[in-house]
Amino acid sequence: MAENILEVKDLVKHYPLTQGVLFKKQVGAVKAVDGISFELKKGETLGIVGESGCGKSTLAKVLMNLERATSGQVLFKGEDISQLSGGALKAVRRNIQMVFQDPYTSLNPRMTVGDIIGEPFEIHPEVAPKGDRRKAVQDLLDVVGLNPEYINRYPHQFSGGQRQRIGIARGLALKPEIIICDEPVSALDVSVQAQVINLLEQLQGEFGLSYMFIAHDLSIVRHISDRVGVMYLGKMVEIGSDEQIYDNATHPYTQALLSAVPVPDPTARESRERIILSGDIPSPANPPSGCRFRTRCWKAQERCSEEIPLLAIPTTLEGPAAHESACHFPEVRESAAA
Amino acid sequence: MPDLTKTAEETPAQAPVAAAAKPEKARSLGSDAWHDLRRKPIFVISALLILLLIVIAVAPGLFTSVDPRAGDLREHFHTPPNYSHFFEGDWFGYDGQGRSIYARVIYGARASVVVGICVTVGTTILGGIFGMLAGYFGGWIDTIISRVTDIFFGIPLLLGSLVILNAFTSRTIWSVVFALITLGWTQMTRVMRGSVITVKQADFVTAAKALGAGTGRIMFKHILPNAIAPVIVVATISLGGYIALEATLSFLGIGLQDPTISWGIDINSAQKLIRTAPFALFFPAGMLSITVLAFIMLGDAVRDALDPKLR
Repeated sequence: MAENILEVKDLVKHYPLTQGVLFKKQVGAVKAVDGISFELKKGETLGIVGESGCGKSTLAKVLMNLERATSGQVLFKGEDISQLSGGALKAVRRNIQMVFQDPYTSLNPRMTVGDIIGEPFEIHPEVAPKGDRRKAVQDLLDVVGLNPEYINRYPHQFSGGQRQRIGIARGLALKPEIIICDEPVSALDVSVQAQVINLLEQLQGEFGLSYMFIAHDLSIVRHISDRVGVMYLGKMVEIGSDEQIYDNATHPYTQALLSAVPVPDPTARESRERIILSGDIPSPANPPSGCRFRTRCWKAQERCSEEIPLLAIPTTLEGPAAHESACHFPEVRESAAA
Repeated sequence: MPDLTKTAEETPAQAPVAAAAKPEKARSLGSDAWHDLRRKPIFVISALLILLLIVIAVAPGLFTSVDPRAGDLREHFHTPPNYSHFFEGDWFGYDGQGRSIYARVIYGARASVVVGICVTVGTTILGGIFGMLAGYFGGWIDTIISRVTDIFFGIPLLLGSLVILNAFTSRTIWSVVFALITLGWTQMTRVMRGSVITVKQADFVTAAKALGAGTGRIMFKHILPNAIAPVIVVATISLGGYIALEATLSFLGIGLQDPTISWGIDINSAQKLIRTAPFALFFPAGMLSITVLAFIMLGDAVRDALDPKLR
């Protein structure tokens, strides 16, 4: 078993809601991330899925220390990095980098590709000596499959897929151990998505990277991930290997999510059953008591509104179904396993 | 089950561009804008006019050898223009003190151009700094800067400069520049602040933070180059306005004073005799209008070229 490179313990991020002009009084909080724990092993890919507004991107920002965690710990190789600042934080940044969702806004339009990819070296001069930087940038362009001659071009001269490659090259520049990909392909065409995904997989093999891969496209997550975590309204509802999640989901939300995946087979369309959830996702400022999913769950009972289900391996289940799931009534739904 | 590996035969992403194998010259947004501008007649005309005006302001002696302050009342009192003499002292006629109007129009350009450029540069720098601080840091810094901006914004530009200039016993070009900068920086601050707030939220700023970039680097390498375009546009357009304002103040007798030569002063002295000598009013007023128009046209053209939405 590989060692844990990143360990997240009970991570919480609340955005305070204030009232009053001069003396701000806190009247509540948007609970964007509300007590999440998981670990990322060296060299593995952890996929995080969930619908819009469930806190996936906030989780990425907190892990990157772009937002301060309200409470909880982020342990990188055993050291808590969530409260670091100054030089110590800058040093940790070398190890954790990020690839952004939108390749059109994540590259500074006024900088050349060489400047964009070379910027990490300027910020961390110890990584590449001044004379070697141009060479280092060209090597990175080569690694991500772009022509090293393009070093003097500007981002607007590239297509979306090429821009995302530039973004990946920038993330790789500091030779990080972890790359957090925040929906890295959702802004791209399907054919280009495949190229970028394959590039990410190839780089993982080459540099021994660990990925945290945030997405809402379930098939892409299944393709790239070793393990998958499902988020709903700031909580992790189920986490396990891709086989455990995709074929043996025990949480009703995961089952509903999976039933919405389009199947590229017209004959199978008839036989499968879709779970249609009623209502909208509740406001994270005022989440339901007990289980957060109970307002939309067909299995909800009295107990669900009183007791918060813990993310734990259910004792009643065996085999691949026995993985961490935050439900009081976990069971594998036969028709969900397509 | 969808299988991505089947669709993922790696087509070289650079195929379309690889065809153009020869090294291509890099083109920044700035050079793209310049490329656009050169083809716009409005830009070419206004730029040529402004260039001419700047040459006149720097070296008025190239255009006339007549002393603009020398008056001969017996010879030249309100002598009408003699259009057959190009670039001569009597080309535009003589004013109520027997001074060559052509020479005065030429020498008057300096006051207008100096005031216009200095006030624009001054307000842009001040407004740029305050707008950047307010927009980037937000919080109480933003609150303080924005409220002070609001207070200054509430003072009418003309009335405020009347009050400030009244405090000077002898007024020069620099006292007018001071008064206009003191009151004019607010607009630039607001434009810059809004622009910085927009750019600050872009992903590339987050990316720079994630790399560990410091505040200075983020401000000057990432935010400033992307936030400056609207400020440049507003500055170019308002330059014409400041020239008109200087003339207005001089016309009202509170701006520049004799012996400084300014179109506003000449317009003021000519208006009393508009029926007998309309040409004495027409030429300085015409020059003023052309100058203001040239700067406004330039601002328009620059805005079209820099506006990313039209690109």
